[in-house]
Amino acid sequence: MEFGFTTAAYVVAAVLFILSLGGLSNQESAKRAVWYGIVGMALAVFATLVGPGSGLWLLSLLLIIGGGLIGQYVAQRVQMTEMPQLVAAMHSLVGLAAVFVGFNAHFEIGNVAQVMAIKDSAGQADLSDLGAFAKLIAKKTSAELAILHVELFLGIFIGAITFTGSVVAYGKLAGKVTSAATKLPGGHALNAAAAGLSLICLIWYTSTGGLFPLILMTLAALFIGYHLIMGIGGADMPVVVSMLNSYSGWAAAAIGFSLGNDLLIVVGALVGSSGAILSYIMCKAMNRHFVSVILGGFGGASGPQMEVEGEQVAIDADGVAAALNDADSVIIIPGYGMAVAQAQQSVSELVRKLRAKGKEVRFAIHPVAGRLPGHMNVLLAEAKVPYDIVLEMDEINEDFPETDVAIVIGSNDIVNPAAQEDPNSPIAGMPVLECWKAKQVFVSKRGQGTGYSGIENPLFFKENTRMFYGDAKQSLDKLLPMID
Amino acid sequence: MKIGTPKESFDGENRVAMTPDSARQLQKLGYDCLIEKGAGAAAGFSDAAYEEAGVEVVKTAASLWKAADIIAKVRQPNETELKRLTKDKTLISFFNPAGNEEGMEAAKSKGANVIAMEMVPRISRAQKMDALSSMANIAGYRAVIEAGNNFGRFFTGQVTAAGKVPPAKVLIVGAGVAGLAAIGTSTSLGAITYAFDVRPEVAEQVESMGAEFVYLDFEEEQQDGAATGGYASVQSDEFREAQLAKFRELAPEMDIVITTALIPNREAPELWTKDMVEAMKPGSVIVDLAAEKGGNCKLTVADEKIVTDNGVTIIGYTDFPSRMAAQSSSLYATNIRHMMTDLTPEKDGQINHDMEDDVIRGATVTHQGEITFPPPPPKVQAIAAQKKPEVKELTPEEKRAQEIAAFKAQTKQQFTLLGVGGALMLLVGLIAPASFMQHFIVFVLAIFVGFQVIWNVSHSLHTPLMAITNAISSIIIVGALMQIGSGSFLVILLAALSVFMAGINIFGGFLVTRRMLAMFQKS
Repeated sequence: MEFGFTTAAYVVAAVLFILSLGGLSNQESAKRAVWYGIVGMALAVFATLVGPGSGLWLLSLLLIIGGGLIGQYVAQRVQMTEMPQLVAAMHSLVGLAAVFVGFNAHFEIGNVAQVMAIKDSAGQADLSDLGAFAKLIAKKTSAELAILHVELFLGIFIGAITFTGSVVAYGKLAGKVTSAATKLPGGHALNAAAAGLSLICLIWYTSTGGLFPLILMTLAALFIGYHLIMGIGGADMPVVVSMLNSYSGWAAAAIGFSLGNDLLIVVGALVGSSGAILSYIMCKAMNRHFVSVILGGFGGASGPQMEVEGEQVAIDADGVAAALNDADSVIIIPGYGMAVAQAQQSVSELVRKLRAKGKEVRFAIHPVAGRLPGHMNVLLAEAKVPYDIVLEMDEINEDFPETDVAIVIGSNDIVNPAAQEDPNSPIAGMPVLECWKAKQVFVSKRGQGTGYSGIENPLFFKENTRMFYGDAKQSLDKLLPMID
Repeated sequence: MKIGTPKESFDGENRVAMTPDSARQLQKLGYDCLIEKGAGAAAGFSDAAYEEAGVEVVKTAASLWKAADIIAKVRQPNETELKRLTKDKTLISFFNPAGNEEGMEAAKSKGANVIAMEMVPRISRAQKMDALSSMANIAGYRAVIEAGNNFGRFFTGQVTAAGKVPPAKVLIVGAGVAGLAAIGTSTSLGAITYAFDVRPEVAEQVESMGAEFVYLDFEEEQQDGAATGGYASVQSDEFREAQLAKFRELAPEMDIVITTALIPNREAPELWTKDMVEAMKPGSVIVDLAAEKGGNCKLTVADEKIVTDNGVTIIGYTDFPSRMAAQSSSLYATNIRHMMTDLTPEKDGQINHDMEDDVIRGATVTHQGEITFPPPPPKVQAIAAQKKPEVKELTPEEKRAQEIAAFKAQTKQQFTLLGVGGALMLLVGLIAPASFMQHFIVFVLAIFVGFQVIWNVSHSLHTPLMAITNAISSIIIVGALMQIGSGSFLVILLAALSVFMAGINIFGGFLVTRRMLAMFQKS
């Protein structure tokens, strides 16, 4: 079919993708927005298949269906608590695909060069055997070819970082790799060396066009992706995941440049900027600089930390139940611990019971609660907690002083008063939920000890705080029958 | 040193400033205690009881004043008593310094130190010696009892075989210490209790005592009680009108009205006007605790009980604490004892009149031949000041100016960004070939659109956003599809793998997004 049709289909698809992302501005329109995305994707794939230059469409179709079946299986089976892992795993696929497509582009350039080389005999090269992409290359001048080299080089570079980075992120989120920040000896110097090597390869590659520098660079980029993400601690994972999301977009955009495909460029840019904005929001919520997150590890204390005085006072389910029965307003602050314990159903049941008694129950969600932007919202939604009682930090932080009971379920740093009180704390200045201002605070926690960030939490030692030790789900299940 | 307490000279005053109990405590501080013969009789403390507590009973007032270094008494001293003061004597008593110039002059000329119990500052540390509060507490309680004594009905509602009894409705005006005590007494007797105060911040205290706070429909920034040490201050005319209108509305329903509104150093405000009294039901009772300062009701006659033409009893007694002398004496004596504890940090029976101490400084009105009234404001705030919104009301012009300034700053920022961006773009355009520039423009525009669109995404939908961007970033499949048809086996293999992986991603991403979004439900 004509090239014009494909381009037209790409324009429609691009518009649909934009609408799809824009539709996520609220919960209701989001349901429609997914369909825009699906239709856009279907249109793009269809137009490419019927468009000029594609061949083996039967094989392509079979592969898509095969991949689709796996995708569907995974999507239906995945637990909502495993969303962060899933997202990371999917990023790695995009990264790897970008690497492959980039290499293909390189091979095509080689093919075209060969074909072009034999044109002397006939005076005109026989381009009929070549695909659309190859034809495109054949028309390029040497300057354009140089740019093409840079583009595909970048595509492979970003793609490779995304791939190993996502694999490591997946491992950390799934608990298969230690979540602590670990670095090889040499630390960031290694990353810098690898980056420097890549830069040398770039110059080498653009001047010679050989395969070797490309492979060398790919290896270096794979190493950077691995080492960079290994060096980032578990608490920073929301930033990492959204950053990788951004990278996968930029990789697609770079590949789009090298293939001269505007749809790839548009979508890559959309995804890239989306991920960048998410990373920015996450960093702001943790009051950290993007660079310091990427460079890994917590910034380190700038002086002796405040001594925490007092002791952690434990309480049993009876005590919590009594307080809840007396309370008029309750705010629940869920964190990663709730996700780990799969306690969201029990939380939802607790909320239902309390609300049935006419109490005001609300959720306070810190922007970096959990391991993925918006993680808690999804978990609570899964447990059928109505989204209009789930509030953001800024919406609810001022209400704590009028609240009878605040329940902290498996969160730590996001309720750490040290962020406000101790200028030497590593998290000083990070916006936190001021739950300690509530009349009473219960903290459901597996045991004594510090959270993901390894910082002591003075909240646990406050006079109005009671520690409700135990697995969050078991504790809540014990609590439920006592609420009457 | 010796502490002595004379018999109160004021007519009808039953209280006494020292009890056998407080005397025992004072002796532990190292003091010797003296008491005038019969001083405690009216309050139910016999001379024998004092003697048993180790107190020396002195026959006459004159000899007591002479022997004691410290005189503790209740009422403001009269002229004779002031004459008996000498240098180095300390008098602890109610003194009414604001209205007792001559008394202070006399004490000054004698060189005596005078501690006025009503001047104890209202800070947490000094509560134990706050005699005004302890006396007001008794007055509030007694006011309800006195009202009940003159009210021909039950307080509590009852349904009996002999008929239904409606509960009494009690209105308490002024929710200070006396007011709150009255509220507590009244609600515990079973009456439906309403309370009013000009300080809106006490509504919570009122409600905590079980009464209903009477709110006014009045939109004025009311003065924070914290600024005046927890006391009420003078109100604006509009506020007064709104308040009186509310009282007029309530008057016909109320059975008992207890007014406790006092403003420091001023005549009591008139809150219960003649027409309100006339609107009340016969048999109703008004207890005016402000009678001494002219009364909140102008019909009140101080120290008397009157009955109006329409059968409303108005009680204007000013000696409620004295009517419960046993109770009030023991509380007052305890206040005095605490004052002595603060004055005797070494517990050696010697007064250390520390003028640096907020409480002692505040209460002292004459010291070493000088008048030290009024005291400087205490270093510690009486009540934590309520947090005031710091943003002050801006005039429309200021607002406008601010908006313009913000707009200008924004414009400047945008121009800079555009300028720099545009320049960079031109630079790229100079070097790069045209075919690249076409794509580059698309790229920049797409980023721009992306930024505009993503900022609007709701916070709670960030996870679906990531899943969906994930799905659509698999658009890389398009590149793979374009390559799969051409070239060598290696290209086909890599392209096929890419298509396969992208396929997983597309379906997985979209389906999981749909699954998530389906879960978001409104309550």
